[in-house]
Amino acid sequence: MSLTRRNFLRGTAAVGAACAVATVAKAEVREEKTLPPKAVGLLFDSTLCVGCKACVTACREANNTHPEFSGEDKLWDTPLDLSASTLTVIKAYSEGSAENKDQEKDGFAFIKKSCLHCVDPSCVSVCPVSAMTKDPVTGIVSYNPSNCIGCRYCVEACPFGVPRFEYNKTIARLRKCELCKQRQAAGKIPACAEVCPTGATLFGSETALRAEAERRHGLTPGEQAFFPRKTVGSTDTQEKKAPRYNGETYGLKEVGGTQVCYLAGVPFEKLGLPVLPEKSFVSTSEKIQHTLYKGMIAPALLFSSLLFVVRRHANHDEKEEE
Amino acid sequence: MSRKPVGGPYITGTTILAALMVTIMAMLVLIRFFFGLGTVTNLNDGYSWGLWLAYDVVAGTAIGCGGYAIALVVYVLNKGHYHPLVRPAILASMFGYAIGGTSVLIDISRWWNFWHILWPTYFNLNSVMIEVALCISIYTTVLILEFAPAVVEKLAGWTRQRGGNLHALTITVQKVLDKAIFVLIALGMTLPTMHQSSLGTMLIPFGYSINPLWQTPILPALYLLTALSIGYAIVIFEATLVSDRFARPSEARILGLLSRYMTAVLALFLVVRFGDIVYRGAVHYAFTSGELSFAFLAENLLTLTGIAVLLSERRRMASRYQFIAAMCILSGCVLYRIDSYLVAYHRVGWRYFPSAPEILITFGMIAVEVLGYILIVRHFPVLQSVEQVNAPTLASE
Repeated sequence: MSLTRRNFLRGTAAVGAACAVATVAKAEVREEKTLPPKAVGLLFDSTLCVGCKACVTACREANNTHPEFSGEDKLWDTPLDLSASTLTVIKAYSEGSAENKDQEKDGFAFIKKSCLHCVDPSCVSVCPVSAMTKDPVTGIVSYNPSNCIGCRYCVEACPFGVPRFEYNKTIARLRKCELCKQRQAAGKIPACAEVCPTGATLFGSETALRAEAERRHGLTPGEQAFFPRKTVGSTDTQEKKAPRYNGETYGLKEVGGTQVCYLAGVPFEKLGLPVLPEKSFVSTSEKIQHTLYKGMIAPALLFSSLLFVVRRHANHDEKEEE
Repeated sequence: MSRKPVGGPYITGTTILAALMVTIMAMLVLIRFFFGLGTVTNLNDGYSWGLWLAYDVVAGTAIGCGGYAIALVVYVLNKGHYHPLVRPAILASMFGYAIGGTSVLIDISRWWNFWHILWPTYFNLNSVMIEVALCISIYTTVLILEFAPAVVEKLAGWTRQRGGNLHALTITVQKVLDKAIFVLIALGMTLPTMHQSSLGTMLIPFGYSINPLWQTPILPALYLLTALSIGYAIVIFEATLVSDRFARPSEARILGLLSRYMTAVLALFLVVRFGDIVYRGAVHYAFTSGELSFAFLAENLLTLTGIAVLLSERRRMASRYQFIAAMCILSGCVLYRIDSYLVAYHRVGWRYFPSAPEILITFGMIAVEVLGYILIVRHFPVLQSVEQVNAPTLASE
């Protein structure tokens, strides 16, 4: 058998065909996911947050996590970021003289970090063993350790860097906010919203929360306004001058939307909330995967044609040898 | 075709060194299993996948694609004269994949639940990883079965002297394997096509965390092409080393002919990759990504050098240049894979560089491959007998 031009082209064509199969998936979006019927979530209004960190402490009690010390004396619970023992954390933005709250220039602002409970969560999509699930009714993204193999694909894939792993334990687990689902089952609201003195962290049905965000955007900066505490629609309110919000509500569109949304006076990017496309990244990977493996037709075709070709050539091969 | 065990001593400087590294690895692995990942690795919540994932699994299984790449040439393009390269390539592939699988087992934190990825009730079919995990598990089994004839051949020689039922059984097994081998070969090409491309798809969920020079929807195609490029490169690399170290006649002629497939696939990879970067309007990232621009440049310089070295017919047929080119292409493509999984991945505020124990474990894994390869080719009929290498049937080429 000589390496003629024809044979060589045939070989190149074979490789090309294989690549073509791999690229058929012209990365279109698969059907977009929508909010579950009874989606619940949080609305965090940075302009209301005073940085008291009551939510961080309440979260520890509710989720049985340990304080994290960053000082020598080990007397002050000062978590620097989310971790396997800190499921929510308050961070601060500060610029210039940091005199004015919620201003980008010479100002400061607070941001609460925790799981955003995405409408189309990366962690749920990538988990090979269904340890990450999104409740079809409430939309709460939960972790089931008994399924988990500890591959940490969720940690790598989350666009917000939320899931955290216990690297220093023999029996290691993943930890993340589950919107206090154990408290909700007992008729209570998430601990962080329960204790927030200003109503900066507000719990409620996602549609009501989004309507509330819309209402706040409609306020004239400086006018007297009421801001509910704990849950949206609560009669326990704080009367306060309406702030000047910067931009839209974060979480309405980002990677297909999130059930924890944000309002702020400074640009979201300054608060560590990344600029993200409206289409979730996992919608692309799922689309590619489900196109290539639809009904296992492409792999079956590849296998059967290889079977045919190999059988012919393997026999041929033997004869040549003998 | 006659293949013979190479023979010779099992205990040499190389095998002692390899065994030593394997021992160090074994101790570190024990520490990892007893006290958790954090005690031996620098993995963190910003870089939860480190050296083991990027090198041992993602690059390592591609290095295990020699069998796949050779099988394509021998059984699809029907180039029977490359047949002597098949068995050693299958052996190396078997090690590459077994090591990849073992590394996953060490890397996953909740390893006692490992079996969940093989148990349908746990499957999440949206996850690219489940496809990769299943596919690699099945392929490793296929590789072991593909290599089994070498073991059975040896066994048959041993049972022949004893005769009786045992020999009859061995012969039966040999016949069954012989009949079924074409199914294994076809599977052995289908499965790598699937999971090697999926290894690329696995990065797509990371979205903006990966630099646009690497993040693209055509990752599956790019990963498939690098798997093949690496596959050919490793066959040339290994065959050259084996000829030299075991003082066997050079296989330069056959490797020179084979190298054309390597450069063709690699050229296609480069065309697809650059075409895609231009198409997505991401060219400026090649100059504005800081140290990543250097990583990108290094990958391309290595692969292009490899192609350039082999352009001339004289160099293509010379063992020395084949080896240099194979090393360039191997490191360029391996770098591409490590870059896409690790270097080009960015999480604000986090840094990662593998710890010494992490690196020692990876070296230990490589040592397992080297040690296993040496012992097996000395003991089992893997390599073509010397007489046949000296009398190659390449007249028709």
